[in-house]
Amino acid sequence: MAAEAVSTGAPRRRRLGRLERSAIEGVLAREIINFSSFWRATTFSSIVQPAIYLIAFGFGFGSLVSTVGGLDYVQFVGTGTVATAVLFSSAFPAMFGTFVKYKFQRTYDAILAAPVDTEELVTAESLWIAARAGVFGTMPLLVAIVFGLDPSWGMLIVPFIGFLAGFGWAAFGILTAAVLRSIDDFSYVTSTVLTPLFLVAGTFFPLSGLPGWVHYASNANPLFHTVELVHHAAFGFKIVDLGHMAFLVGFGIVMWRLAIRYMARRLVD
Amino acid sequence: MVWPILASAGARDAPCRDVSDLAIRLRGVVKRFGPITAVDGLDLDLPAGTCVGLLGPNGAGKSTTMRMLTAQAIADEGSIEVLGLTLPSDSKVARAECGVVPQLDNLDITLTVEQNLRVFARLYRVPRGERSAAIDRAIGIANLGDRRDTKVDQLSGGMRRRLLIARALVHRPRLLLLDEPTVGLDPQVRQELWALIDNLRSEGVSILMSTHYIEEAQRLADTVVIMSHGQKVAEGPPAALVAEHAGSEAVEVYGPPARLAEVEAAAIERGQRTRRTGTSVSILGLNGGEVPDGERRPANLEDVFVLLTGEEVA
Repeated sequence: MAAEAVSTGAPRRRRLGRLERSAIEGVLAREIINFSSFWRATTFSSIVQPAIYLIAFGFGFGSLVSTVGGLDYVQFVGTGTVATAVLFSSAFPAMFGTFVKYKFQRTYDAILAAPVDTEELVTAESLWIAARAGVFGTMPLLVAIVFGLDPSWGMLIVPFIGFLAGFGWAAFGILTAAVLRSIDDFSYVTSTVLTPLFLVAGTFFPLSGLPGWVHYASNANPLFHTVELVHHAAFGFKIVDLGHMAFLVGFGIVMWRLAIRYMARRLVD
Repeated sequence: MVWPILASAGARDAPCRDVSDLAIRLRGVVKRFGPITAVDGLDLDLPAGTCVGLLGPNGAGKSTTMRMLTAQAIADEGSIEVLGLTLPSDSKVARAECGVVPQLDNLDITLTVEQNLRVFARLYRVPRGERSAAIDRAIGIANLGDRRDTKVDQLSGGMRRRLLIARALVHRPRLLLLDEPTVGLDPQVRQELWALIDNLRSEGVSILMSTHYIEEAQRLADTVVIMSHGQKVAEGPPAALVAEHAGSEAVEVYGPPARLAEVEAAAIERGQRTRRTGTSVSILGLNGGEVPDGERRPANLEDVFVLLTGEEVA
């Protein structure tokens, strides 16, 4: 043991910190290189999907209901579906992608053998998916503009809203994949958590028509806050938007930390 | 931008650490999974620049040991040092200087050979200006020059394995961890990989290799550590292990099962050691004693392996 006490001649190696930039960049680089092989399909569906929503709901319902809360129905749905697009481009890829990468392809085993920690891995994956959600979440807005929505300066903040909400949903998806044992179990989460949140977010119909308790409960729904923020970005901000923003920040932080904790449990024996 | 790890890598030739010229040092390492003790009080030394082979049947604790060296499994007891760094606290620095070849292929199958190497050059923090050269070098090692832009799912099993090894070498690690490097490969491919691994060792890379192929350990390892049920049951250079546990020569007797049982019983009575070798009985540790007629052959590491780890694999 004496030998260890005098081992000061060892070359000084800096102890690497947490959340290092080079580790996060490495994981991002992997995702970006991978994405270059399938971005076309993703982009295509991100444009076509909101277009179908707008046609189906906008012209279907729109012929029955002309205005909602003072907005044209196309305006209402066109802005509201941003939240849907963010959800679809973050929670789902995170759930399935994470599961495939750690279970089937064992990619995460390879990454964690490199100088990358679970915290950095989960952070980088969430950031990447959030960035995609920021871009693809904005597509419905662009499609709605084609369908007659008036552009406004406030809309420039929509990619940021998509990024923020997408980060939380990405971490939620990673957490789900870390907790569930089988990919088939994902349908429990989809049917009991995501679908209700998706429908009762004020995307397709305003919550004001629903019973009071639903209105109250929707405050716990990140999609509701996203929808409100996007509506206000397009048609004028209100002071309450700070609260919506704060909710999304909190949602992101909580999901991020939980995803790291459960993923570490799954990846490190 | 500062690359602390690479900066330290530059100092690797400096005359150094006294505790070790040990690339790996394990003391009393225990790892449990619920009621199962996968690694049970393991001591292990890997002198720098040598190749140590972990030999043992499936379930002996080899893979768990390998995973503990990259902190992908955390020991319940004992101490682990890799390249003079204490795990798990300094694992990340250690990992930057280790290359890992996993037992199960985890290449990115939708990416090309070059893209796979590029991703890992980044993950292992090869500086931007050196990345292309590092990738070219790794492609050369894997002998995949004409497959540079081929997607991994189009490669043969042997090529994928070579790429997996090249990927572990892209950042010029000082320590290479090989978990069953040639499992499931043709004999030709296996020999090709042996040549590659032997070459790395001659360049001074320290190598820890787990395997359950005896020939692999015999050919590549300077020191063989035989593991069984999470414990080390023998350690030494292959030839010394054979001499110590199996003697120099064995006599192999063929015959019907009843005859084999007789031969076995008689040998045990004479104080000799025996092992079943499928269709025959091998009598070991002859020491000039009386033996029945049979085929004489040199004792080998497989004899030692079976003697020490048991005839039946749990």
